[in-house]
Amino acid sequence: MPEVISPAARPAAEPPEPAATTPDDADLPKSRLAQRAGRLLSAAWRPALLLVLLGLGWWAITAAEVFPAYLVPTPGDVANELVTEREMLARHTWVTTYETVVGFLLAAVIGMLAAVLIVYSPTLEKALYPLILFAQVIPKIAIAPILVVWFGFGPMPKVILAVLIAFFPVVVSGVAGLRSTDPELLDLSATMGASRWKTFRKIRFPNALPHLLAGLKVAVTLAVVGAVVGEFVGADEGLGYVLLLASGNLNSSLLFADLILMSALGVVLFILVEAAEALLIPWHASRRQGVPLTTS
Amino acid sequence: MTETMTTQPAAATQRQNDGTTIDITDLTCTFTSRRKRTTALTGVSLSVRAGEFVSIVGPSGCGKSTLLKIVAGLVPPSSGEVRLLGRTVTGPQREIGFAFQRAALLEWRGVRANILLQAEMRAMDKRKAAARADQLIELTGLTGFENALPHELSGGMQQRVALCRALLHEPPVLLMDEPFGALDALTREHMNVELHRIWRETGTTVVLVTHSIAEAVYLGQRVVVMTPRPGRIERVYDVDLPAVRDYGATMSSPTFEKLAREIRVLLGASGHHG
Ligand SMILES: Nc1ncnc2c1ncn2[C@@H]1O[C@H](COP(=O)(O)OP(=O)(O)O)[C@@H](O)[C@H]1O
Ligand SMILES: [Mg+2]
Repeated sequence: MPEVISPAARPAAEPPEPAATTPDDADLPKSRLAQRAGRLLSAAWRPALLLVLLGLGWWAITAAEVFPAYLVPTPGDVANELVTEREMLARHTWVTTYETVVGFLLAAVIGMLAAVLIVYSPTLEKALYPLILFAQVIPKIAIAPILVVWFGFGPMPKVILAVLIAFFPVVVSGVAGLRSTDPELLDLSATMGASRWKTFRKIRFPNALPHLLAGLKVAVTLAVVGAVVGEFVGADEGLGYVLLLASGNLNSSLLFADLILMSALGVVLFILVEAAEALLIPWHASRRQGVPLTTS
Repeated sequence: MTETMTTQPAAATQRQNDGTTIDITDLTCTFTSRRKRTTALTGVSLSVRAGEFVSIVGPSGCGKSTLLKIVAGLVPPSSGEVRLLGRTVTGPQREIGFAFQRAALLEWRGVRANILLQAEMRAMDKRKAAARADQLIELTGLTGFENALPHELSGGMQQRVALCRALLHEPPVLLMDEPFGALDALTREHMNVELHRIWRETGTTVVLVTHSIAEAVYLGQRVVVMTPRPGRIERVYDVDLPAVRDYGATMSSPTFEKLAREIRVLLGASGHHG
Protein backbone atom coordinates (compact mmCIF):
# COMPACT_ATOMS: atom_id res chain seq x y z
CA MET A 1 0.00 0.00 0.00
CA PRO A 2 2.69 2.48 -0.75
CA GLU A 3 0.12 4.86 -2.26
CA VAL A 4 -0.92 5.81 1.27
CA ILE A 5 2.36 7.51 1.74
CA SER A 6 2.51 10.84 0.05
CA PRO A 7 3.76 9.77 -3.35
CA ALA A 8 6.92 11.36 -4.53
CA ALA A 9 5.50 14.70 -5.48
CA ARG A 10 8.80 16.12 -6.53
CA PRO A 11 11.69 14.13 -7.88
CA ALA A 12 14.63 13.66 -5.60
CA ALA A 13 16.74 16.74 -5.95
CA GLU A 14 19.83 14.92 -4.84
CA PRO A 15 21.10 11.38 -4.91
CA PRO A 16 19.94 9.55 -1.80
CA GLU A 17 23.37 9.02 -0.37
CA PRO A 18 26.37 11.25 -0.68
CA ALA A 19 28.56 9.58 -3.25
CA ALA A 20 31.50 8.00 -1.51
CA THR A 21 34.28 10.40 -2.33
CA THR A 22 37.88 9.36 -2.30
CA PRO A 23 39.50 12.61 -3.31
CA ASP A 24 43.07 11.47 -3.00
CA ASP A 25 42.71 8.41 -5.17
CA ALA A 26 43.05 10.50 -8.30
CA ASP A 27 46.65 11.47 -7.69
CA LEU A 28 47.77 8.16 -6.30
CA PRO A 29 50.18 6.13 -8.34
CA LYS A 30 48.58 3.05 -9.93
CA SER A 31 50.29 0.58 -7.68
CA ARG A 32 48.96 2.25 -4.55
CA LEU A 33 45.49 2.38 -6.06
CA ALA A 34 45.66 -1.31 -6.77
CA GLN A 35 46.98 -1.88 -3.28
CA ARG A 36 44.09 0.05 -1.89
CA ALA A 37 41.55 -1.87 -3.92
CA GLY A 38 43.14 -5.07 -2.74
CA ARG A 39 42.90 -3.95 0.88
CA LEU A 40 39.27 -2.95 0.39
CA LEU A 41 38.46 -6.35 -1.10
CA SER A 42 40.19 -8.21 1.67
CA ALA A 43 38.34 -6.06 4.20
CA ALA A 44 34.97 -6.43 2.48
CA TRP A 45 34.63 -10.12 1.68
CA ARG A 46 33.90 -11.28 5.21
CA PRO A 47 31.04 -8.87 5.93
CA ALA A 48 29.77 -9.49 2.39
CA LEU A 49 29.72 -13.22 2.98
CA LEU A 50 27.90 -12.70 6.26
CA LEU A 51 25.32 -10.53 4.52
CA VAL A 52 24.75 -13.18 1.85
CA LEU A 53 24.33 -15.86 4.52
CA LEU A 54 21.87 -13.71 6.45
CA GLY A 55 19.95 -13.03 3.23
CA LEU A 56 19.84 -16.75 2.48
CA GLY A 57 18.57 -17.48 6.00
CA TRP A 58 15.95 -14.78 5.64
CA TRP A 59 14.92 -16.17 2.28
CA ALA A 60 14.72 -19.72 3.69
CA ILE A 61 12.47 -18.57 6.55
CA THR A 62 10.09 -16.73 4.26
CA ALA A 63 10.11 -19.57 1.70
CA ALA A 64 9.13 -22.03 4.44
CA GLU A 65 6.33 -19.61 5.39
CA VAL A 66 7.16 -19.78 9.09
CA PHE A 67 5.65 -16.33 9.57
CA PRO A 68 2.83 -14.74 7.61
CA ALA A 69 4.02 -12.49 4.78
CA TYR A 70 2.63 -9.32 6.40
CA LEU A 71 5.03 -9.84 9.32
CA VAL A 72 8.16 -10.93 7.48
CA PRO A 73 8.39 -10.01 3.82
CA THR A 74 10.57 -11.99 1.43
CA PRO A 75 13.88 -10.47 0.31
CA GLY A 76 12.32 -10.25 -3.14
CA ASP A 77 9.40 -8.16 -1.84
CA VAL A 78 11.77 -5.78 -0.11
CA ALA A 79 14.02 -5.47 -3.15
CA ASN A 80 10.97 -4.83 -5.26
CA GLU A 81 9.85 -2.14 -2.82
CA LEU A 82 13.29 -0.50 -2.96
CA VAL A 83 13.11 -0.37 -6.74
CA THR A 84 9.51 0.65 -7.34
CA GLU A 85 9.46 3.25 -4.58
CA ARG A 86 12.96 4.49 -5.23
CA GLU A 87 11.98 8.10 -5.89
CA MET A 88 9.92 8.40 -2.73
CA LEU A 89 12.54 6.57 -0.66
CA ALA A 90 15.34 8.67 -2.14
CA ARG A 91 13.58 11.85 -1.14
CA HIS A 92 13.04 10.73 2.44
CA THR A 93 16.57 9.34 2.70
CA TRP A 94 17.89 12.69 1.58
CA VAL A 95 15.89 14.48 4.29
CA THR A 96 17.27 12.23 7.01
CA THR A 97 20.78 12.45 5.58
CA TYR A 98 20.59 16.22 5.58
CA GLU A 99 19.36 16.37 9.18
CA THR A 100 21.98 13.88 10.30
CA VAL A 101 24.92 15.52 8.55
CA VAL A 102 24.03 19.04 9.69
CA GLY A 103 23.49 17.79 13.23
CA PHE A 104 26.76 15.87 13.18
CA LEU A 105 28.80 18.78 11.85
CA LEU A 106 27.31 21.14 14.42
CA ALA A 107 27.98 18.60 17.17
CA ALA A 108 31.58 18.25 15.98
CA VAL A 109 32.21 22.00 16.01
CA ILE A 110 30.36 22.77 19.25
CA GLY A 111 31.80 19.69 20.95
CA MET A 112 35.36 20.59 20.04
CA LEU A 113 34.89 24.20 21.18
CA ALA A 114 33.49 22.97 24.49
CA ALA A 115 36.45 20.60 24.85
CA VAL A 116 38.90 23.45 24.26
CA LEU A 117 37.16 25.66 26.84
CA ILE A 118 37.12 22.82 29.35
CA VAL A 119 40.79 22.03 28.89
CA TYR A 120 42.01 25.61 28.95
CA SER A 121 39.86 27.02 31.75
CA PRO A 122 39.35 25.22 35.07
CA THR A 123 36.56 27.68 35.91
CA LEU A 124 34.68 26.92 32.72
CA GLU A 125 35.30 23.23 33.26
CA LYS A 126 33.49 23.38 36.59
CA ALA A 127 30.65 25.32 34.99
CA LEU A 128 30.36 23.37 31.75
CA TYR A 129 30.92 19.74 32.67
CA PRO A 130 27.81 19.31 34.89
CA LEU A 131 25.72 21.02 32.24
CA ILE A 132 27.05 18.80 29.48
CA LEU A 133 26.56 15.70 31.59
CA PHE A 134 23.01 16.78 32.34
CA ALA A 135 22.30 17.29 28.64
CA GLN A 136 23.68 13.82 28.06
CA VAL A 137 21.71 11.89 30.69
CA ILE A 138 18.37 13.50 29.89
CA PRO A 139 16.44 10.98 27.75
CA LYS A 140 16.41 12.48 24.28
CA ILE A 141 13.08 10.94 23.42
CA ALA A 142 11.60 12.87 26.32
CA ILE A 143 12.71 16.23 24.99
CA ALA A 144 11.81 15.48 21.39
CA PRO A 145 8.15 16.50 21.83
CA ILE A 146 9.16 19.79 23.44
CA LEU A 147 11.49 20.52 20.54
CA VAL A 148 8.66 19.80 18.10
CA VAL A 149 6.39 22.17 20.01
CA TRP A 150 9.06 24.85 19.90
CA PHE A 151 10.42 24.41 16.41
CA GLY A 152 7.64 22.75 14.44
CA PHE A 153 7.70 19.86 12.00
CA GLY A 154 10.67 21.03 9.93
CA PRO A 155 14.23 19.75 10.08
CA MET A 156 15.16 22.02 13.01
CA PRO A 157 14.09 19.78 15.94
CA LYS A 158 15.71 16.75 14.27
CA VAL A 159 18.98 18.60 13.80
CA ILE A 160 18.88 19.72 17.42
CA LEU A 161 18.26 16.17 18.61
CA ALA A 162 21.11 14.89 16.45
CA VAL A 163 23.38 17.55 17.96
CA LEU A 164 22.29 16.71 21.51
CA ILE A 165 22.98 13.02 21.05
CA ALA A 166 26.20 13.33 19.04
CA PHE A 167 27.74 16.14 21.06
CA PHE A 168 28.78 14.18 24.17
CA PRO A 169 31.25 11.72 22.61
CA VAL A 170 32.89 14.62 20.80
CA VAL A 171 33.41 16.57 24.02
CA VAL A 172 34.68 13.58 25.95
CA SER A 173 37.08 12.47 23.24
CA GLY A 174 38.18 16.04 22.56
CA VAL A 175 39.00 16.63 26.23
CA ALA A 176 40.83 13.31 26.47
CA GLY A 177 42.78 14.13 23.31
CA LEU A 178 43.77 17.63 24.34
CA ARG A 179 44.78 16.42 27.80
CA SER A 180 46.93 13.63 26.38
CA THR A 181 49.60 16.05 25.20
CA ASP A 182 53.06 15.08 26.41
CA PRO A 183 53.85 17.57 29.23
CA GLU A 184 57.45 17.64 28.03
CA LEU A 185 56.29 18.90 24.66
CA LEU A 186 54.42 21.69 26.41
CA ASP A 187 57.55 22.53 28.44
CA LEU A 188 59.55 22.52 25.25
CA SER A 189 57.04 24.79 23.59
CA ALA A 190 57.35 27.21 26.51
CA THR A 191 61.14 27.39 26.10
CA MET A 192 60.56 28.12 22.43
CA GLY A 193 58.58 31.16 23.45
CA ALA A 194 55.52 29.90 21.60
CA SER A 195 52.17 31.55 22.15
CA ARG A 196 49.24 29.52 23.46
CA TRP A 197 47.62 29.64 20.05
CA LYS A 198 50.73 28.35 18.30
CA THR A 199 51.11 25.60 20.87
CA PHE A 200 47.48 24.65 20.31
CA ARG A 201 47.73 24.70 16.55
CA LYS A 202 51.03 22.89 16.15
CA ILE A 203 51.06 20.55 19.14
CA ARG A 204 47.87 20.12 21.12
CA PHE A 205 45.29 19.97 18.36
CA PRO A 206 47.07 17.54 16.01
CA ASN A 207 47.91 15.45 19.04
CA ALA A 208 44.20 15.34 19.99
CA LEU A 209 43.07 14.27 16.50
CA PRO A 210 43.24 10.48 16.99
CA HIS A 211 41.07 10.68 20.11
CA LEU A 212 38.77 13.18 18.50
CA LEU A 213 38.23 11.07 15.40
CA ALA A 214 37.36 8.06 17.52
CA GLY A 215 34.72 10.23 19.18
CA LEU A 216 33.49 11.50 15.83
CA LYS A 217 32.96 7.94 14.60
CA VAL A 218 30.70 7.26 17.54
CA ALA A 219 29.03 10.63 17.12
CA VAL A 220 28.13 10.15 13.47
CA THR A 221 26.25 6.93 14.11
CA LEU A 222 24.47 8.54 17.06
CA ALA A 223 23.50 11.51 14.90
CA VAL A 224 21.46 9.15 12.70
CA VAL A 225 19.61 7.97 15.80
CA GLY A 226 18.94 11.56 16.83
CA ALA A 227 17.49 12.51 13.46
CA VAL A 228 15.29 9.41 13.27
CA VAL A 229 13.99 9.86 16.82
CA GLY A 230 13.10 13.43 15.92
CA GLU A 231 11.20 12.19 12.90
CA PHE A 232 9.31 9.65 14.99
CA VAL A 233 7.94 12.38 17.21
CA GLY A 234 6.78 14.84 14.62
CA ALA A 235 7.59 14.96 10.95
CA ASP A 236 6.07 14.73 7.51
CA GLU A 237 9.19 13.52 5.82
CA GLY A 238 12.33 11.48 6.48
CA LEU A 239 13.08 7.80 7.00
CA GLY A 240 11.68 7.85 10.56
CA TYR A 241 8.40 9.20 9.27
CA VAL A 242 8.24 6.53 6.53
CA LEU A 243 8.91 3.86 9.14
CA LEU A 244 5.97 5.04 11.28
CA LEU A 245 3.64 5.13 8.30
CA ALA A 246 4.74 1.71 7.06
CA SER A 247 4.20 0.15 10.44
CA GLY A 248 0.79 1.86 10.75
CA ASN A 249 -0.20 0.34 7.43
CA LEU A 250 1.34 -3.05 8.23
CA ASN A 251 3.42 -2.61 5.10
CA SER A 252 6.28 -4.85 6.14
CA SER A 253 8.10 -4.68 2.80
CA LEU A 254 8.35 -0.92 3.01
CA LEU A 255 9.26 -1.15 6.69
CA PHE A 256 12.17 -3.45 5.95
CA ALA A 257 13.26 -1.38 2.98
CA ASP A 258 13.26 1.69 5.20
CA LEU A 259 15.30 -0.07 7.89
CA ILE A 260 17.86 -1.11 5.29
CA LEU A 261 18.21 2.47 4.13
CA MET A 262 18.63 3.77 7.69
CA SER A 263 21.40 1.27 8.38
CA ALA A 264 23.03 2.01 5.05
CA LEU A 265 22.98 5.72 5.91
CA GLY A 266 24.74 5.06 9.20
CA VAL A 267 27.32 2.80 7.57
CA VAL A 268 28.08 5.22 4.73
CA LEU A 269 28.53 8.16 7.11
CA PHE A 270 30.75 6.06 9.36
CA ILE A 271 32.90 5.08 6.37
CA LEU A 272 33.19 8.74 5.39
CA VAL A 273 34.52 9.63 8.85
CA GLU A 274 36.94 6.71 8.61
CA ALA A 275 38.12 8.07 5.26
CA ALA A 276 38.64 11.47 6.87
CA GLU A 277 40.64 9.72 9.57
CA ALA A 278 42.85 8.02 7.00
CA LEU A 279 43.54 11.42 5.44
CA LEU A 280 44.08 13.33 8.68
CA ILE A 281 46.11 10.94 10.80
CA PRO A 282 47.93 8.51 8.53
CA TRP A 283 50.82 8.77 11.01
CA HIS A 284 48.89 7.38 13.97
CA ALA A 285 49.61 3.90 15.35
CA SER A 286 46.05 2.81 14.58
CA ARG A 287 46.56 3.47 10.86
CA ARG A 288 50.12 2.39 10.22
CA GLN A 289 50.83 -0.07 7.51
CA GLY A 290 54.50 0.41 6.74
CA VAL A 291 57.41 -1.49 8.19
CA PRO A 292 60.12 0.33 10.15
CA LEU A 293 62.93 1.78 8.08
CA THR A 294 65.49 0.80 10.66
CA THR A 295 65.58 -1.88 13.26
CA SER A 296 68.31 -0.91 15.70
CA MET B 1 79.57 23.29 6.95
CA THR B 2 81.99 22.95 9.82
CA GLU B 3 82.73 26.61 9.50
CA THR B 4 79.26 27.70 10.46
CA MET B 5 79.16 25.10 13.16
CA THR B 6 82.32 26.38 14.80
CA THR B 7 81.22 30.00 14.83
CA GLN B 8 79.71 30.49 18.20
CA PRO B 9 76.30 32.02 18.59
CA ALA B 10 76.62 35.75 19.04
CA ALA B 11 74.97 35.67 22.44
CA ALA B 12 77.41 33.11 23.76
CA THR B 13 80.43 35.00 22.52
CA GLN B 14 79.26 38.16 24.20
CA ARG B 15 78.67 36.47 27.50
CA GLN B 16 81.91 34.57 27.31
CA ASN B 17 83.60 37.65 28.65
CA ASP B 18 81.73 37.93 31.92
CA GLY B 19 82.49 34.26 32.55
CA THR B 20 79.35 32.85 34.11
CA THR B 21 76.45 31.59 32.06
CA ILE B 22 74.36 29.97 34.78
CA ASP B 23 74.49 31.19 38.35
CA ILE B 24 72.46 29.21 40.86
CA THR B 25 72.34 30.61 44.39
CA ASP B 26 70.99 28.77 47.43
CA LEU B 27 68.12 27.14 45.59
CA THR B 28 65.33 25.39 47.47
CA CYS B 29 62.34 23.75 45.88
CA THR B 30 59.41 22.25 47.75
CA PHE B 31 56.37 20.72 46.07
CA THR B 32 53.14 20.71 48.01
CA SER B 33 50.34 18.48 46.90
CA ARG B 34 47.14 17.76 48.82
CA ARG B 35 48.65 14.72 50.47
CA LYS B 36 52.26 15.65 51.17
CA ARG B 37 55.13 18.06 50.89
CA THR B 38 58.21 16.99 48.99
CA THR B 39 61.39 18.92 49.29
CA ALA B 40 63.14 18.22 46.01
CA LEU B 41 66.13 20.53 46.43
CA THR B 42 67.79 22.33 49.34
CA GLY B 43 70.64 24.79 49.34
CA VAL B 44 71.85 24.18 45.82
CA SER B 45 74.45 26.62 44.56
CA LEU B 46 76.37 26.18 41.35
CA SER B 47 78.06 28.33 38.75
CA VAL B 48 78.54 27.22 35.20
CA ARG B 49 81.07 29.05 33.05
CA ALA B 50 80.35 29.99 29.49
CA GLY B 51 81.19 27.13 27.15
CA GLU B 52 81.57 24.69 30.01
CA PHE B 53 80.22 21.14 30.03
CA VAL B 54 78.83 20.17 33.45
CA SER B 55 77.47 16.69 34.19
CA ILE B 56 75.08 16.05 37.07
CA VAL B 57 74.68 12.60 38.59
CA GLY B 58 72.63 11.53 41.56
CA PRO B 59 70.12 8.94 42.74
CA SER B 60 66.62 8.86 41.26
CA GLY B 61 64.29 11.44 42.73
CA CYS B 62 67.04 13.68 44.08
CA GLY B 63 65.77 16.64 42.09
CA LYS B 64 67.98 16.63 38.99
CA SER B 65 65.09 17.16 36.59
CA THR B 66 63.63 19.78 38.89
CA LEU B 67 66.95 21.63 38.92
CA LEU B 68 67.07 21.75 35.12
CA LYS B 69 63.46 22.89 34.94
CA ILE B 70 64.14 25.68 37.41
CA VAL B 71 67.09 26.81 35.32
CA ALA B 72 64.86 26.75 32.24
CA GLY B 73 62.24 28.79 34.11
CA LEU B 74 59.64 26.04 33.80
CA VAL B 75 59.34 25.51 37.56
CA PRO B 76 59.55 28.40 40.04
CA PRO B 77 61.93 27.79 42.94
CA SER B 78 60.63 28.08 46.50
CA SER B 79 63.61 30.21 47.41
CA GLY B 80 66.95 31.12 45.98
CA GLU B 81 67.81 32.57 42.63
CA VAL B 82 68.92 31.48 39.19
CA ARG B 83 70.64 33.87 36.83
CA LEU B 84 70.92 32.80 33.23
CA LEU B 85 73.16 34.83 30.92
CA GLY B 86 73.18 37.59 33.48
CA ARG B 87 69.42 37.90 33.96
CA THR B 88 67.33 36.55 36.81
CA VAL B 89 65.09 33.67 35.68
CA THR B 90 61.43 34.38 36.34
CA GLY B 91 59.63 32.54 33.51
CA PRO B 92 60.32 30.13 30.64
CA GLN B 93 63.69 30.95 29.08
CA ARG B 94 64.03 31.23 25.34
CA GLU B 95 67.81 31.25 25.09
CA ILE B 96 68.15 27.57 25.81
CA GLY B 97 67.84 24.26 24.06
CA PHE B 98 66.15 21.51 26.06
CA ALA B 99 66.37 17.75 25.48
CA PHE B 100 64.54 15.13 27.52
CA GLN B 101 64.90 11.44 28.21
CA ARG B 102 62.10 10.69 25.81
CA ALA B 103 62.69 12.35 22.49
CA ALA B 104 59.26 14.04 22.70
CA LEU B 105 58.86 14.31 18.94
CA LEU B 106 55.68 15.18 17.09
CA GLU B 107 54.44 11.83 15.80
CA TRP B 108 52.89 13.33 12.70
CA ARG B 109 55.96 15.19 11.51
CA GLY B 110 58.96 13.85 9.64
CA VAL B 111 62.51 14.31 10.90
CA ARG B 112 63.08 17.63 9.21
CA ALA B 113 59.70 19.05 10.13
CA ASN B 114 60.25 18.00 13.73
CA ILE B 115 63.54 19.84 13.83
CA LEU B 116 61.97 22.88 12.22
CA LEU B 117 59.28 23.08 14.91
CA GLN B 118 61.84 25.09 16.83
CA ALA B 119 62.06 27.59 13.98
CA GLU B 120 58.29 27.86 13.54
CA MET B 121 57.66 28.46 17.22
CA ARG B 122 60.35 31.13 17.33
CA ALA B 123 59.34 32.61 13.99
CA MET B 124 62.94 32.31 12.81
CA ASP B 125 63.98 33.25 9.32
CA LYS B 126 62.74 30.34 7.18
CA ARG B 127 65.70 30.05 4.86
CA LYS B 128 68.30 30.31 7.58
CA ALA B 129 66.48 27.73 9.68
CA ALA B 130 66.22 25.34 6.74
CA ALA B 131 69.94 25.65 6.03
CA ARG B 132 70.78 25.13 9.67
CA ALA B 133 68.48 22.08 9.82
CA ASP B 134 70.29 20.58 6.84
CA GLN B 135 73.62 21.12 8.57
CA LEU B 136 72.45 19.45 11.74
CA ILE B 137 70.90 16.55 9.85
CA GLU B 138 74.23 15.96 8.20
CA LEU B 139 76.19 16.45 11.41
CA THR B 140 74.13 13.86 13.27
CA GLY B 141 74.03 11.36 10.43
CA LEU B 142 70.32 11.62 9.75
CA THR B 143 70.80 12.21 6.03
CA GLY B 144 68.38 10.09 4.03
CA PHE B 145 65.81 10.08 6.81
CA GLU B 146 64.63 13.68 6.43
CA ASN B 147 61.03 12.66 5.85
CA ALA B 148 60.86 9.58 8.04
CA LEU B 149 58.24 9.69 10.78
CA PRO B 150 59.37 9.16 14.39
CA HIS B 151 57.85 5.67 14.59
CA GLU B 152 59.99 4.67 11.63
CA LEU B 153 63.18 5.60 13.50
CA SER B 154 65.24 3.77 16.07
CA GLY B 155 65.50 5.21 19.59
CA GLY B 156 68.97 6.55 18.86
CA MET B 157 67.82 8.34 15.75
CA GLN B 158 64.85 9.83 17.58
CA GLN B 159 67.23 11.24 20.18
CA ARG B 160 69.37 12.68 17.42
CA VAL B 161 66.32 14.45 16.03
CA ALA B 162 65.54 15.84 19.48
CA LEU B 163 69.16 17.00 19.77
CA CYS B 164 68.99 18.71 16.36
CA ARG B 165 65.77 20.42 17.41
CA ALA B 166 67.41 21.62 20.62
CA LEU B 167 70.37 23.00 18.66
CA LEU B 168 68.54 24.55 15.70
CA HIS B 169 68.41 28.08 17.08
CA GLU B 170 72.07 27.90 18.18
CA PRO B 171 71.25 28.33 21.84
CA PRO B 172 74.06 29.56 24.08
CA VAL B 173 72.90 27.03 26.71
CA LEU B 174 71.88 23.41 26.23
CA LEU B 175 70.07 21.61 29.05
CA MET B 176 69.80 17.84 28.75
CA ASP B 177 67.83 15.59 31.08
CA GLU B 178 69.03 11.99 30.72
CA PRO B 179 68.80 12.27 26.96
CA PHE B 180 70.37 8.87 26.30
CA GLY B 181 68.82 7.01 29.20
CA ALA B 182 66.54 4.92 27.03
CA LEU B 183 69.21 3.84 24.54
CA ASP B 184 71.16 0.62 24.39
CA ALA B 185 74.78 0.77 25.50
CA LEU B 186 76.31 0.83 22.05
CA THR B 187 74.04 3.53 20.64
CA ARG B 188 74.64 5.47 23.79
CA GLU B 189 78.39 5.43 23.26
CA HIS B 190 77.93 6.71 19.73
CA MET B 191 75.70 9.48 20.99
CA ASN B 192 78.25 10.42 23.65
CA VAL B 193 80.97 10.74 21.04
CA GLU B 194 78.64 12.82 18.87
CA LEU B 195 77.59 15.09 21.71
CA HIS B 196 81.24 15.62 22.66
CA ARG B 197 82.02 16.65 19.10
CA ILE B 198 78.99 18.93 18.85
CA TRP B 199 79.90 20.60 22.11
CA ARG B 200 83.46 21.23 20.96
CA GLU B 201 82.34 22.53 17.60
CA THR B 202 79.59 24.82 18.85
CA GLY B 203 81.04 26.07 22.12
CA THR B 204 77.63 25.78 23.71
CA THR B 205 77.37 25.68 27.49
CA VAL B 206 75.97 22.26 28.36
CA VAL B 207 74.38 20.94 31.55
CA LEU B 208 73.79 17.21 31.27
CA VAL B 209 71.84 15.16 33.79
CA THR B 210 72.67 11.49 33.51
CA HIS B 211 72.44 8.13 35.25
CA SER B 212 75.64 6.92 33.73
CA ILE B 213 78.85 7.70 35.60
CA ALA B 214 80.91 6.86 32.51
CA GLU B 215 78.87 9.29 30.43
CA ALA B 216 79.19 11.99 33.09
CA VAL B 217 82.96 11.68 33.29
CA TYR B 218 83.64 11.24 29.58
CA LEU B 219 81.59 14.30 28.63
CA GLY B 220 81.90 16.62 31.60
CA GLN B 221 84.56 19.12 32.50
CA ARG B 222 83.06 18.99 35.92
CA VAL B 223 80.84 16.32 37.48
CA VAL B 224 78.31 17.37 40.11
CA VAL B 225 77.24 14.57 42.47
CA MET B 226 73.95 15.04 44.31
CA THR B 227 72.62 13.42 47.49
CA PRO B 228 69.30 11.56 47.79
CA ARG B 229 66.20 13.60 48.49
CA PRO B 230 66.17 16.33 49.53
CA GLY B 231 68.74 16.94 46.84
CA ARG B 232 71.91 18.80 47.77
CA ILE B 233 75.17 19.04 45.94
CA GLU B 234 77.42 16.55 47.65
CA ARG B 235 80.59 17.12 45.68
CA VAL B 236 81.83 18.70 42.52
CA TYR B 237 84.69 16.94 40.74
CA ASP B 238 86.95 18.56 38.20
CA VAL B 239 87.58 16.14 35.40
CA ASP B 240 91.27 16.17 34.73
CA LEU B 241 91.10 14.93 31.17
CA PRO B 242 92.08 16.68 27.93
CA ALA B 243 89.49 18.95 26.35
CA VAL B 244 89.35 16.79 23.24
CA ARG B 245 88.64 13.23 24.26
CA ASP B 246 88.89 10.06 22.26
CA TYR B 247 86.30 7.63 23.57
CA GLY B 248 88.37 4.46 23.75
CA ALA B 249 91.48 6.18 25.10
CA THR B 250 89.48 8.06 27.73
CA MET B 251 87.67 4.96 28.92
CA SER B 252 90.91 3.13 29.54
CA SER B 253 92.84 6.04 31.02
CA PRO B 254 93.73 5.73 34.71
CA THR B 255 92.40 9.23 35.46
CA PHE B 256 89.00 8.23 34.10
CA GLU B 257 88.91 4.96 35.99
CA LYS B 258 89.95 6.54 39.27
CA LEU B 259 87.37 9.30 39.05
CA ALA B 260 84.58 6.97 37.96
CA ARG B 261 85.36 4.67 40.86
CA GLU B 262 85.34 7.56 43.32
CA ILE B 263 81.98 8.76 42.10
CA ARG B 264 80.56 5.26 42.17
CA VAL B 265 81.68 4.84 45.76
CA LEU B 266 80.21 8.20 46.71
CA LEU B 267 76.86 7.36 45.12
CA GLY B 268 76.91 3.87 46.61
CA ALA B 269 77.68 5.26 50.06
CA SER B 270 74.60 7.44 49.87
CA GLY B 271 72.52 4.30 49.74
CA HIS B 272 70.93 4.45 46.30
CA HIS B 273 71.95 3.86 42.79
CA GLY B 274 70.74 6.39 40.25
N1 LIG C 1 55.45 18.68 39.79
C1 LIG C 1 55.76 17.98 40.89
N2 LIG C 1 54.86 17.90 41.91
C2 LIG C 1 55.16 17.22 43.04
N3 LIG C 1 56.31 16.60 43.25
C3 LIG C 1 57.25 16.64 42.28
C4 LIG C 1 57.02 17.33 41.05
N4 LIG C 1 58.11 17.21 40.27
C5 LIG C 1 58.99 16.47 40.98
N5 LIG C 1 58.48 16.12 42.19
C6 LIG C 1 59.16 15.36 43.23
O1 LIG C 1 60.41 15.94 43.46
C7 LIG C 1 61.39 14.95 43.63
C8 LIG C 1 62.51 15.16 42.65
O2 LIG C 1 62.04 14.85 41.35
P1 LIG C 1 62.96 14.93 40.05
O3 LIG C 1 63.51 16.29 39.95
O4 LIG C 1 62.16 14.45 38.91
O5 LIG C 1 64.10 13.89 40.41
P2 LIG C 1 65.20 13.22 39.46
O6 LIG C 1 65.10 13.86 38.11
O7 LIG C 1 66.49 13.48 40.14
O8 LIG C 1 64.91 11.77 39.41
C9 LIG C 1 60.70 13.61 43.48
O9 LIG C 1 60.44 13.09 44.74
C10 LIG C 1 59.42 13.94 42.78
O10 LIG C 1 58.41 13.08 43.20
MG1 LIG D 1 64.62 13.02 36.29
